Amino acid sequence: MKKILSQMDQTSRNDFITYGMVIGAFAVISILQALGILSSQIGGLLVPLCVYSIMAVSLNLVVGILGELSIGHAGFMCLGAFASAFFTKCVGDGMPSMLRFVIAILIGGLIAGVFGFLIGIPVFRLNGDYLAIVTLAFGEIIKNVMNSLYVGRDANGFHFSLSSANDMGMDALNGEMLINGPQGITGTPRNSTFLIGILILLLSLFVILNLIHSRQGRAIMSVRDNHIAAESVGINITKYKLMAFTVSAVIAGFAGALYAHNLSSLAATSARFGYNMSIMFLVFVVLGGIGSSRGAIIAAVVLTLIPELLRPIASFRMLLYSIILIVMMIVNWSPASRAFMEKHKLNRFLFKFKKSAGKGGK
Amino acid sequence: MALLEINNLSISFGGLRAVDEFNLSIEQGDLYGLIGPNGAGKTTVFNLLTGVYKPNEGIIRLDGRDITGKKPIEINKAGIARTFQNIRLFKQMSVLDNVKVGLHNIYRCPPAASILRLPAYYETEKKMNERAYELLSVFGLDKEADSTLASNLPYGRQRKLEIARAMATNPRLLLLDEPAAGMNPNETQELMDTIHYIRDSFGMTILLIEHDMKLVSGICEKLTVLNFGRILTQGETKKVLANPEVIKAYLGE
Repeated sequence: MKKILSQMDQTSRNDFITYGMVIGAFAVISILQALGILSSQIGGLLVPLCVYSIMAVSLNLVVGILGELSIGHAGFMCLGAFASAFFTKCVGDGMPSMLRFVIAILIGGLIAGVFGFLIGIPVFRLNGDYLAIVTLAFGEIIKNVMNSLYVGRDANGFHFSLSSANDMGMDALNGEMLINGPQGITGTPRNSTFLIGILILLLSLFVILNLIHSRQGRAIMSVRDNHIAAESVGINITKYKLMAFTVSAVIAGFAGALYAHNLSSLAATSARFGYNMSIMFLVFVVLGGIGSSRGAIIAAVVLTLIPELLRPIASFRMLLYSIILIVMMIVNWSPASRAFMEKHKLNRFLFKFKKSAGKGGK
Repeated sequence: MALLEINNLSISFGGLRAVDEFNLSIEQGDLYGLIGPNGAGKTTVFNLLTGVYKPNEGIIRLDGRDITGKKPIEINKAGIARTFQNIRLFKQMSVLDNVKVGLHNIYRCPPAASILRLPAYYETEKKMNERAYELLSVFGLDKEADSTLASNLPYGRQRKLEIARAMATNPRLLLLDEPAAGMNPNETQELMDTIHYIRDSFGMTILLIEHDMKLVSGICEKLTVLNFGRILTQGETKKVLANPEVIKAYLGE
C-alpha cells in the first residue's frame, strides 16, 4: 500500500487518498450497519450526508477552483430534485425502479446544468462579484417558483398553472396531481440508498478531480489566479468559467435527485432549499480549506453530524455548534496552529489549502 | 517585409493623448528597445499591441496581417506574447503548471478525454511536460518545478518564469515589460544573457521596455524613445543614446 502511494506523483496520491477515504468510510459504516451497532438516527442521516458531501464537492469547484462566489447552489439542487422527482412521478411503474432512478438522476443533472449554463452566459461576460448576486437571486426564485407551480395530468395531457390547482382546467376526478404547489411532489418512491449516494459521490469526485488536473482544469485555475495573464496566453476566460460552473451545476443536480428520492414528500421549503442551505454549503467549502475536495467532504460530514448528535442537549445545541465551528476554523487556519501541525508532522491531518500549499519553498 | 509594422497608432483617455502617432517597424530577429521617462506611454503601447486597449487611430500589422483592435486571445494566437510590468503569475499553481497553461493552445485534448482519462489525455500531458521542462531548463527553473508554487519563487525567478510562460505560447514576437525591474546587477546580467540566448537559439524577435540603461545599451540593437506619448527619436542604440534630446528628456535641462 505504502509502496503504491510512494510511486505516484503528489496529485494522484492526494486524489487516491480522497477516494480511499470515501470508500473506507463506506466500508466501516456498512459493517457497523450489518452488525446492528449503528443507531437508526445515524442510519437515517447516511443519504443526506452523501447529498451534502456532493454539494460541498460541487460548490468547491466554483468557489475554490474557479474562484467565483456562488451563494445560490441550493437552487440547482432544488431544480435537480424537482426535475428528477417529476420524471419518476410521470413514469410511475412504467419501467424497472433502478433504471427509472438512474434516468431520473441524469435528468436532474441535465436540467440543473442547462440552467447553470444559461445563467453563466450573461454573468461570465462581466468581471466581479456578479455571480454571487445573480445566484443568490436565482436560488430564491427557483424556490418560490417551485412553491407556486401546479402540474397535473389527465386524459387530455399535462396541465400547468402558477396560481392554483383549480386554474389548471384538469379533469378533477380522473386527473392526477404531479406537482401540487407548496405541498410539492408527494409519493416519490424512496429509491436512494447509502450505496447509490456513495457511488454518486465517487462519480462526482472522479469528474471534478480529473477535470482539475487536466488542461481544462489548469485553464480554470489560471482564470482564478490572474485573468489578465490568462487572457494574454490565449485562455478563453468566458468558456472556462462556463465550463466549471456548468459542471458544478450538473453535479448539484445529481445531489438534488438523490435528495428527492430519499423523501416521500418533496416540498420547496426554505429549510431544504433556501438561502441558509446555500450558505451552509459555502461554510463546508470554506471550512474544508477552499480548493480541497477532501476537506469539503470532511467539513460537510462533521457539520451535518454535530447538530444531530447534540440533539439530546437541546437548548445548548446551537451554542455548542457555533463554538465547535469557531474552534475548527481556528485550528485549521491560524498560522500558529498550522506551524504547530507542520512541526509535529501532523499536517496531513489538516485540510489541505489548495494544491500543495504546505510544500513549496525555494 | 517587417515582422511588426505599426502606423500612426494613437489612443486618447479623455483629453489625454497617451500615445500619439506612434510608428514602429521591427524586423524578424530584432532585439528592440522601447524607452522613455515615466508616464511616456510605453506600457500603453504594449497594451495596444496585445489588445488590452483598442486604438483610436492607426494600424498594427504582424507579418502583413492586420491585427488592429483584435482581442488579447486572438492576438496571442496570431503570435504575440508578453510579460507584465507588475508580475502576473498564476500564484497558487506550480511553476510547471504555469508554463503548461502557456502551452494550452499548442497541445489540445477535449474535456471528455481529460475527465475519462482517455489515451489522448496522457499523450497531451506527456507532450506538455516535455516541452514545459525544456523551456524551464532554459531559465534554470526546472528543478522541483512540479512541487514549487509560483508565489514561492524569489522575485528574479518569477520574472523569468513569466518569460518562460510567454515563450510557451510559441510567439513570433515577444514583448517584455521591464524585465529587469527589481533585479540586482547580477540578476540583470544573467537576464541579459538569457534574453540573448532566447533570441539566438529560438530565433525570437523581442521588443522590450526597460529603464535599466545598462541592459538597454547592452542588448538592444535599436531603440525608440517615447516622451509624452510621442516619438522623440528612433534608430540605432548608440546614436539614440547620444542624442541630446534624449538626455534632456531623461535628465531635464
